[in-house]
Amino acid sequence: MTLLWIPLLSLIGSVISSCTAKLSRNATATLTLIAPLIALAITAYHAPAVLAGETLRYTVTWVPAIGLDLSFRLDGLSLLFMFMILGIGTLVILYARFYVSAQDSIAKLYSYLMLFMTAMLGIVMSNNVIQLWLFWELTSISSFLLISFWWHKSEARRGAKMALTVTGAGGLALLAGLMIIANIVGSYDLDTILASKELIQSDALYEVALVLVLLGAFTKSAQFPFHFWLPHAMAAPTPVSAYLHSATMVKAGIFLLARFYPALAGTDIWFILVGLTGLATLLFGAYVALFKHDLKGLLAYSTISHLGLITLLLGLDTDLAAVAAIFHIINHATFKASLFMATGIIDHETGTRDMRKLNGMWRYLPYTATLAMVAAAAMAGVPLLNGFLSKEMFFTETLSSEVLGSMSWLIPVLATIAGALSVAYSARFIHDVFFNGDPIDLPRTPHEAPRFMRVPIEVLVVLCILVGIFPHFVVNGILSAASMAVLGKDLPEYHLSIWHGFNLPLLMSAIAVVGGVFIYMNRKYLFKFQASLPPLNAKKLFERVVYRLVQWSQVNISNIENGSLQRYIVVLLVVVLLCAGWPLFEMQKLAGSAPLAPIDIHNAIGAGLLIIGAIATVIWHRSRMVSLLMLSIVGLMVSVAFTRFSAPDLALTQLTVEVATVILLMLALYFLPQHTPKESSSLRVLRDLSIASTVGVVVASICYALLTRPLESISEFFIANAKTGGGGTNVVNVILVDFRGFDTLGEITVLGIAALGIYKVLSNIPIFSPTKDGEGREWAKDKHPVLLASISQSLLPLALLVSAYIFLRGHNLPGGGFIAGLVTSIAFILQYMAHGTTWINERFDVNYRKIIASGIGIALFTGMGSWLFDRPFLTTWFDYFAIPLIGKTELASAIVFDLGVYLTVVGATLMILASLGNMSGTTVSKEVKI
Amino acid sequence: MELLYASCVGVLVTCGIFLLLKARTFPVVLGLTMLSYAVNLFLFSAGRLTINKAVVLGTSSDYADPLPQALVLTAIVIGFAMTAFVVILAIRGRADLGNDHVDGHIPELSANKKEQS
Repeated sequence: MTLLWIPLLSLIGSVISSCTAKLSRNATATLTLIAPLIALAITAYHAPAVLAGETLRYTVTWVPAIGLDLSFRLDGLSLLFMFMILGIGTLVILYARFYVSAQDSIAKLYSYLMLFMTAMLGIVMSNNVIQLWLFWELTSISSFLLISFWWHKSEARRGAKMALTVTGAGGLALLAGLMIIANIVGSYDLDTILASKELIQSDALYEVALVLVLLGAFTKSAQFPFHFWLPHAMAAPTPVSAYLHSATMVKAGIFLLARFYPALAGTDIWFILVGLTGLATLLFGAYVALFKHDLKGLLAYSTISHLGLITLLLGLDTDLAAVAAIFHIINHATFKASLFMATGIIDHETGTRDMRKLNGMWRYLPYTATLAMVAAAAMAGVPLLNGFLSKEMFFTETLSSEVLGSMSWLIPVLATIAGALSVAYSARFIHDVFFNGDPIDLPRTPHEAPRFMRVPIEVLVVLCILVGIFPHFVVNGILSAASMAVLGKDLPEYHLSIWHGFNLPLLMSAIAVVGGVFIYMNRKYLFKFQASLPPLNAKKLFERVVYRLVQWSQVNISNIENGSLQRYIVVLLVVVLLCAGWPLFEMQKLAGSAPLAPIDIHNAIGAGLLIIGAIATVIWHRSRMVSLLMLSIVGLMVSVAFTRFSAPDLALTQLTVEVATVILLMLALYFLPQHTPKESSSLRVLRDLSIASTVGVVVASICYALLTRPLESISEFFIANAKTGGGGTNVVNVILVDFRGFDTLGEITVLGIAALGIYKVLSNIPIFSPTKDGEGREWAKDKHPVLLASISQSLLPLALLVSAYIFLRGHNLPGGGFIAGLVTSIAFILQYMAHGTTWINERFDVNYRKIIASGIGIALFTGMGSWLFDRPFLTTWFDYFAIPLIGKTELASAIVFDLGVYLTVVGATLMILASLGNMSGTTVSKEVKI
Repeated sequence: MELLYASCVGVLVTCGIFLLLKARTFPVVLGLTMLSYAVNLFLFSAGRLTINKAVVLGTSSDYADPLPQALVLTAIVIGFAMTAFVVILAIRGRADLGNDHVDGHIPELSANKKEQS
């Protein structure tokens, strides 16, 4: 349980920080420090068990059926990273308090930092690969926020976008890789995956998965050729750079390599890909770093180079190389974080980071200079400092590597060259900034930084020295625990000490130092050579590529999605045809085995009318009113068909809906043109006709195939239980209000939403009131016809009575809430038509929205009522009562539910029609005639 | 009779889709309405065609399949709501855009053709 609290605390910390914008900066910093400190304490509390070789786990199952759990684990590797994330995170928070100026919101910075910390903790603690990936993406997003913290600067926005694009794309590759691995293993569980090395590596998809996972790791860790985002991410505030580019963000890629080392490493392709990428990055980064005039640019390329070194170590084929990699992770984090912070102080105090201007800082900032020089010496690999030890181990391992076969001797040679370059740029960092004459027109005269701004650097530099002098005491425990987690077996023999005697690695170190100093002394010539090379601006190149991609996509999208609805429908129909039509060709015989019924004269006449109506609708479709009348024949024949084929409920519903639909469409015609212009070319008509008839033939064939096959239905259950379980003899109605009452609840909700949508669409409609019909004739001017008015008025009570009757008998005989609701609505619509809206509104002032709401509410609460009796939602209750005068009567709770249905239908139908009618009433002085 | 029923469904689908492919809103609404008739009849046919066997208990010894009926019943009502929504959208579109073309504007190409003819 306490494991869960570690990421949770930092998440809570992020929320708390975001609420502290009004507090003073000291209070904000103090509040923010609480969460990581507690998390650090919890981590330290678990440390002894983990150092003893235990792996702690904590799992909350979420969707076990598909292997999605919230699952954390804590082993040596996680512990090491957690100490770095929380420890350096705490120092960065302290440092940022003094770095961030009063104009910038420190609360926002802290909130993003803590969010980022959460994401990193999530990555290193995840025991489920999907969860790991989720946190991985969260680091991309939160680092985007951090890099673009100074969003008013163009370079910050562009740098952030570039980092997000590169690492986000890598994240997608990683997801694909993890899915493949999980598919091979059959589990998302990290423990299971790490234990399935043979299974994964013998699979045919191993190479694909490996390349995808490596893409994720390399983009995150800024490995060549994906390194270009990292220097541009330096647009971030320096505390952010110190955190992201020393201990966390870029180390996430390295962590991934180390995490999956037990499952993925050990094959030739791993050594080739990882080793060579690391080697290329190591050399490239070290070389470019030498030429950077910007202090942070130098550190950025140096970071790339050191990440390459670690990657190379993980790609060497010896166990000790992995140990050296872990050791260098620790060392790099400590000296690089302190160097970034020192750079921040210099930038803060002088207003520039340009090494051509910064000279002789020793005199102004002696204290910071000393700290920075020690850290830079560690970076160069000077003895008695931590960088020296891991560099020695690195040199030793390059000597015993056989990755390149007979050409393996190249590796130590290239490693030494990279070492020399790293000495050279470290020397440049020290000499150019702190000595080398006087400063050249600095924006500000530097003073020593505030006391507490230097504390984080002091802590880190002391660590560099302690590790460098007493490696065995300081880091051996955590190093061996972490290495054990990476190798997944017992560790090989190794000794952490400063003196191993005169040997080849020591000679390589010496060559590197001498060579580095030599390179630095002769830098003039190198700079001249570098300046003569054609410039390569990665940012411009990247932006051009992105721009082309966007343009290309836009052209393609506008070709496919050209805004023509007709075309979309054609595409959809063709796809439907292919999907639905294809299986028909695979069927042996269309007709099934069920006996066919004979055609009688009634059916033939009905079908004939229906077909004639449908075709007439199409033929006269340009004359809209005629077409609508023809359509109503079709609707009528459909309801006749329902009557004929034993579905009285459907017939009643269809009949009433048909009336409402036709009235609605006639009303609509008042606002729409009466005629459709002839627009389609003959070719177009032919195309439409062929598509339409092909779909028609396919649907008819499926329908015929369905009709001629024997029926196997689950309806036996409904028929058997309607009376005993639902208390009604009209099975269709019992299904609606009881067996599938939840469906009905959903459907009346949709009805209500549609009505509200219509109300909203029609409100604030621009005034648009045609005074003439399509043929230029004025609308009739006379008032409402007297005959219709008086007859309809007297019909209203009768219609309501019929509707009540249909409603009440619905449970046992054809009828029910839907039909009764439609009958009531039509009765009212008749009044609207006969008298006009004003007349109705004077007499019958109801808010239809409230009726809809009460209808859905009644249905919902009836359903919930069954909870009071410990029954599932929407269970019907019924019993029989002897009521005086009426006799023995059944009362069922379903009738209350049906009342809800009734009210919703009435409310929705009337709202739809009345709001349309109202509109014509308000926009034209007189009522519209239909 | 099954063949006749299937043919009716086929004709309704054909006419409905033909209207659906038209360029003006009102025919499209008519097409949708017709298509929903066809879909309802099609779904209803999943319970097969039976005569004089309405599912009211006690009226017969053998009943039609009530389940497709119940599903189609709600489908009819929802279909009405959707038709209403589409037609209101068409009215709003006409009012806002000044024409009743489904794309919201009359394409250049057909406008030219109209002039030519």
